[in-house]
Amino acid sequence: MQQIVVIGNGMVGHKFCDLFARHPRRHAFQLTVFGEEQRPAYDRVHLSAYFTDRDADKLSLATREWYAENQIELRTGELVTELDTANRQLGTHLGYEMHYDYLVLATGSVPFVPPIPGKEKSGVFVYRTIEDLDAILDYAAKLRELPGARSVVMGGGLLGLEAAKATLDMGLPTDVVEFAPRLMPRQLDEGGAATLTSTLEGLGLGVHLSKSTSAVGGNGCITHLDFSDGSQLEADLLIISAGIRPRDELARKAGIEVGPRGGILADEYMRTSAPDVFVIGEAALYREMIYGLVAPGYDMARVSLSTIMADADGGCMPESIDLSTKLKLIGTDVASFGECFPEPGTARSIVYHDEAAGIYKRINVSPDGSRLLGGILVGDAADYNMLHQIYKNAMALPPQPEDLILGTRGSGGDAGAGIMDLPDAAVICSCENVTKGTLCGHLSAEQAHSVKDLVACTKAGTGCGGCKPILSDLVENYLKSQGRVVRNTLCEHFAYTRQELRDLIVLKQLRTYDEALDELGHGHGCETCKPALAGIFATVYAETANPQAAIQDTNDRFLANIQRNGTYSVVPRVPAGEITPDKLIAIGAVAKKYGLYTKITGGQRIDLFGARLDQLPPIWEELIAAGFESGHAYGKSLRTVKSCVGSTWCRYGMDESVTFAIEIEERYKGLRSPHKLKGGVSGCIRECAEARGKDFGLIAVEEGYNVYVCGNGGARPKHAELLAGPVDRQTAVRYLDRFLMFYLRTAGPLVRTAKWLEGLEGGIAYLRSVVVDDVLGINEELETEMQGLVNGYRCEWKEAVNDPALRARFRPFVNTDEAEELEFVALREQKMPKPW
Amino acid sequence: MTAYQTILPNQVTTWFRAGRTDQFPVGAGATIKYGQRQIAVFYFNRTQRWYACQNLCPHKLENVLGRGLIGEQDGVPKVACPLHKRTFSLETGENLNGDCPPVAVFPVRIEGGDVYVGFID
Ligand code: SRM
Ligand SMILES: Cc1cc2nc3c(=O)[nH]c(=O)nc-3n(C[C@H](O)[C@H](O)[C@H](O)COP(=O)(O)OP(=O)(O)OC[C@H]3O[C@@H](n4cnc5c(N)ncnc54)[C@H](O)[C@@H]3O)c2cc1C
Ligand code: SF4
Ligand code: FES
Repeated sequence: MQQIVVIGNGMVGHKFCDLFARHPRRHAFQLTVFGEEQRPAYDRVHLSAYFTDRDADKLSLATREWYAENQIELRTGELVTELDTANRQLGTHLGYEMHYDYLVLATGSVPFVPPIPGKEKSGVFVYRTIEDLDAILDYAAKLRELPGARSVVMGGGLLGLEAAKATLDMGLPTDVVEFAPRLMPRQLDEGGAATLTSTLEGLGLGVHLSKSTSAVGGNGCITHLDFSDGSQLEADLLIISAGIRPRDELARKAGIEVGPRGGILADEYMRTSAPDVFVIGEAALYREMIYGLVAPGYDMARVSLSTIMADADGGCMPESIDLSTKLKLIGTDVASFGECFPEPGTARSIVYHDEAAGIYKRINVSPDGSRLLGGILVGDAADYNMLHQIYKNAMALPPQPEDLILGTRGSGGDAGAGIMDLPDAAVICSCENVTKGTLCGHLSAEQAHSVKDLVACTKAGTGCGGCKPILSDLVENYLKSQGRVVRNTLCEHFAYTRQELRDLIVLKQLRTYDEALDELGHGHGCETCKPALAGIFATVYAETANPQAAIQDTNDRFLANIQRNGTYSVVPRVPAGEITPDKLIAIGAVAKKYGLYTKITGGQRIDLFGARLDQLPPIWEELIAAGFESGHAYGKSLRTVKSCVGSTWCRYGMDESVTFAIEIEERYKGLRSPHKLKGGVSGCIRECAEARGKDFGLIAVEEGYNVYVCGNGGARPKHAELLAGPVDRQTAVRYLDRFLMFYLRTAGPLVRTAKWLEGLEGGIAYLRSVVVDDVLGINEELETEMQGLVNGYRCEWKEAVNDPALRARFRPFVNTDEAEELEFVALREQKMPKPW
Repeated sequence: MTAYQTILPNQVTTWFRAGRTDQFPVGAGATIKYGQRQIAVFYFNRTQRWYACQNLCPHKLENVLGRGLIGEQDGVPKVACPLHKRTFSLETGENLNGDCPPVAVFPVRIEGGDVYVGFID
């Protein structure tokens, strides 16, 4: 048996192992891997995600168990320090020695830190490993006590901008300092970079170009940067992202040939100058370049493995390597592909620039207009996947190549359809090297029916994830081309859409989940279809979450939102945010008695956190006695109708917005819907209730109310659109009844109003024709149905505390009365769960 | 986590009485205490089967699994954690939609209207 050794357990080193594990002739070889980092390989590409939840597991590419199961010896936390290529021996810092027959160097790279005086000060970081991010997070946490603390990122390239977005998201005002006269100098031209700069400035990022840093200032800790032009910039945290340097120290010491500016020299089979020693990933210098991207690294892993295995069809590295990139995460789209800056005279450039919208697109086509050579997209990179495919496959261009970035004007062209024109050899997922032919093969062999299946069969989409949109276009178009309808069916248990299921439930008068499953579904259900059907029963029969508690989403089952430590929050309804002093005192008394953390919510009410499951019924009993009802903060249902103070007090008010907001909140309270619902009523166009950020919003004007619908805040903010107005209050309510009922009937599960409107053919104009002009002739029906739900309202907490059988579900343990043991820590004058 | 280990029916040395069958919800789970350990017990009314697993979710180490929604995926009974919807097979304990470590599962026996969970200590 021959021994292969891989040095480096990063992304590319791991890819080698992954391919090895699946290789048919692997049993003739023994594989050992050394990794300097403590943990097994993880996904560096998505490293920034670690800032959101500090969850290293989510980044993990493979577990120790995986290595053990595949009989690959993994030695992490061990640095290879000695290499003798003549005797094929290596040694580690722990004194361990071993022999190899084949050696693969996958030592990656380190961030380059320019020799600037003061760079060793505390508060100065690089951005490459989980440990780097931990250090940054810990330091940033300390900075929180320092008012006005700022962060600076040195380097305005791909990684620098990603790091800048991360510190900005941490709440630190952030500046980016770039040596070149523009951002992303390697990927963008001047126009693109200028557009990017102004968009980023709009996001609150400071951008400083043509700056050369001469010193890191501060006494122990960094406080500012000095530039060679004499200027200064305040900085309490600095992330240096000034490029990478390949880790070639081991190879260099062993006498393996390296490039003049670093990097281990490789030929097209990724062989180094030493016999049977290979190099892959960011440590490799191939065709005079280091490639700081995973896709070329994965190719190198494939080529080196098939060379070692002497595969008949192994192949070698391509002569030119595709460096196209789409940037993730910086709050605006940026992509570049192929030849971004062609030599003058070798190409014709077409530029589209919309300064106000922050969009810049440039494509370079061959002088005869037949081929796409490359391009740059800033502000809107929706066409990237398609353009990149056209470029890579040298596909024929339309007669007017500008249509590629402007769209075919006039006749509504279908953007996604082009995917079916790609040749079978087109590589769709470059990280995993999966072609369109392979993907379609799985689809036509019925081995795959969805994106999820394709990912499972081919691993496409598991790398940078950039090809996911094109995968779903492919599935959709493939199924369409087979004459199959693409339907958003609920899950494996129900082959219907939510709307179809709702209609069938009404038609067949089905009353329970089990009946519906027997009549309309198969199998035994799951966490997707249960809550979806619970929602349908609620909107058809005005059923609360109590009778069928077992099929409710867990928050609805316990009529409260679960928190990080398994305790719950309590949110009584405070219609329109109006509350009497007595009621405030009552809430305060309950919070005090049960030791609950108390906070004013973003929805104009009060949230009491940290209640144990068994405490929920007594807490609610006391709140109900004080006149409160459930606030449904846990349900996909009406949350709040936010209001401003309105004409009762405000000198600008056009109407009593609080009175109207209360009326509306009382009307729709408890209404369950496909997703949560929020409303707002503002007394005038100053819009202090942010009504246009809600699913429905009413804004008082001189002649009545303007009715807006389908807005939301959240992850994809969207302003509500004008449905009608000005109308009187009564008409406004009638329109809302119709609009809400139409949404309740037709939206898919967990689709909020804004997204629902996006999918509605004809958009707001169509919605208006239904709600206002009654083109479907269903308005009377919709109003009656809504009135039924309004009349059917009951406070489900009252129901739950008064019925002993319903109340039993709040017992934490079936077999003992012991209370749960929960750990809290102090927070200011209150408490919080012990952090994860 | 180390306190919980999957137990196969043939290894059981102690059948612990967890309660009467009618004390458990239908088509959902509830939690029992066995010494210091918390065990989630589930009754799948559609298949008339009972399952048990540790209440501690391996993802963030919170005692919550007994409150999760239950269901089936390709015939495998599973529970979805209420915190982040990781799902676990109630037959093998493995995480079905991610790479969390598995949960320990325990055999359940119904006798004379009582629910018993099998342990080895
Ligand atoms: C408590 C509160 C934050 C606060 O302390 O202020 C809050 C807390 C939570 N929000 Fe929120 N949101 C709260 C106001 C908001 C607002 C502001 C508002 O309503 O004016 C928004 C943006 C407006 C909007 O919804 O359009 C908001 C957008 C979200 C979203 C994103 C929704 C979207 O469509 O993108 C989620 C996630 C979801 O629903 O899927 C969310 C989900 C959550 C959850 C339920 C997350 C969870 O599942 O545990 C949090 C539960 C807390 C709890 O246990 O009570 N929360 N959340 C606010 C409660 C308001 C209330 O009185 O009911
Ligand atoms: C924040 C960030 C975002 C990125 N985003 C993208 C992106 O969007 N798209 C993209 O394509 N690429 C991206 N990259 C780049 C991508 O992560 C790298 O190209 C890839 O990780 C390179 O893999 P590698 O295995 O060559 O090196 P590495 O992942 O660095 O692995 C090398 C490993 O070898 C170890 N090692 C070194 N020497 C020794 C030794 N002597 N003994 C034992 N172990 C040793 C190191 O400790 C390291 O763990 C990003 C990188 C970062 C940091
Ligand atoms: S309260 Fe809302 S915004 Fe805040 S952490 Fe929870 S879900 Fe996120
Ligand atoms: S704690 Fe269970 S899934 Fe996160």
